[in-house]
Amino acid sequence: MPSLKDLRNRIASVKATQKITKAMQMVAAAKLKRAQTAAEAARPYAEKMEAVLANLAGSVTGADAPVLLAGTGKDDVHLLVVATAERGLCGAFNTSIVRLARERALALQAEGKTVKFLCVGRKGYDLIRRQFDKQIVGFIEFRAVKQLSYAQAEEVGAKLFQLFEEGAFDVATLFFSKFKSVISQIPTAQQIIPAQVGGDATATDKAPYEFEPGEAEILSDLLPRNITIQIFKAILENAASEQGARMSSMDSATRNAGEMIKKQTLKYNRARQAMITKELIEIISGAEAL
Amino acid sequence: MATFNFELVSPERQLFSGQVEQIVVPGADGDFGVLAGHAPFVASLRPGILTIHGDGQPKRLYVRGGFAEVSDGSLTVLAERATPVEDLRADQIDAEIKDAQDDVADAKDDATRSKAAERLGQLQSLKGALGTIGATH
Repeated sequence: MPSLKDLRNRIASVKATQKITKAMQMVAAAKLKRAQTAAEAARPYAEKMEAVLANLAGSVTGADAPVLLAGTGKDDVHLLVVATAERGLCGAFNTSIVRLARERALALQAEGKTVKFLCVGRKGYDLIRRQFDKQIVGFIEFRAVKQLSYAQAEEVGAKLFQLFEEGAFDVATLFFSKFKSVISQIPTAQQIIPAQVGGDATATDKAPYEFEPGEAEILSDLLPRNITIQIFKAILENAASEQGARMSSMDSATRNAGEMIKKQTLKYNRARQAMITKELIEIISGAEAL
Repeated sequence: MATFNFELVSPERQLFSGQVEQIVVPGADGDFGVLAGHAPFVASLRPGILTIHGDGQPKRLYVRGGFAEVSDGSLTVLAERATPVEDLRADQIDAEIKDAQDDVADAKDDATRSKAAERLGQLQSLKGALGTIGATH
């Protein structure tokens, strides 16, 4: 039976924790708003890019298609780009992305393919390192970055293209979490190299564009940009998802703390009353003995 | 004068959207002007100055990396960087020039070197152009 002092201390510490989780929830809510606005602001660019690319890709096909679009012709070496958060305390956010990547990696390895990892974000790196330490070819973290910007996507893109030029992989897949709502983030895998360009590029209503310089030059200029944009989009989605996940997990942590405080307070009061009763009985029986 | 719809978009946000009379775009093969009723057209950009002629004073922006698209009578410029000329600092351009110089030095094959050298040339001419603007103000 813990003493009254122990109980009091425990209630105080749970209350302090509750204050922290509550504050973290509110901070996450504010950051979520910002992350969502950023994700929305990035949308027009990505959409326009996709439209033009789909238009172009339809007209440049066959042997002269750039490697980034057509692929290397093999799919022996897979690179899994795993984008996660820099910080924990956001529920299953990091774990679920890593789990998806790990399942894919094991499936590919079972097929006899080589799997490599490029980790974006410290948390994912820590998790993947446990199982696939030797297969990690790169690690990028944004720990010092306050506000995610296009420069971060460029950094990841540069690393990716460098590896691709070295012939380090044939197929690259990007893992991140799609933001659906505060309570639902969907871990997603998206193939980025070879680029997958919107379905019916051969649509008949294609506008008869003039190109300057040629179509092939523009296409080979645009493909790397498009991949960087996809990475940028993924990073922003991830940021929004992270804050959403943190918000809901901190919300439930706050609620749990509240319940615990209630339970402990009840226990404390009961113990206090029992003590008072005991003291009264002692006094009364002492008086009676006289 | 007839106007048309113009949008300037960077990955991070939309910088301009509205009706304009004329846009001068720094294309990879040279500057070109777009007026209302331009034919469908796609061109990649070189680092340079984009000028918006609309109401009042023409607006000038430094754009880098991306492309311009004319379709359905409206022009969309997608640029990786876009900064109003007034906000542009000389050291920014200098840093990019230095970057380009490093690229030229590091280039492994002729194709990349010529590409980097081209970019360097574009940046240097841009710096020159900006210098003269500063002098006339």
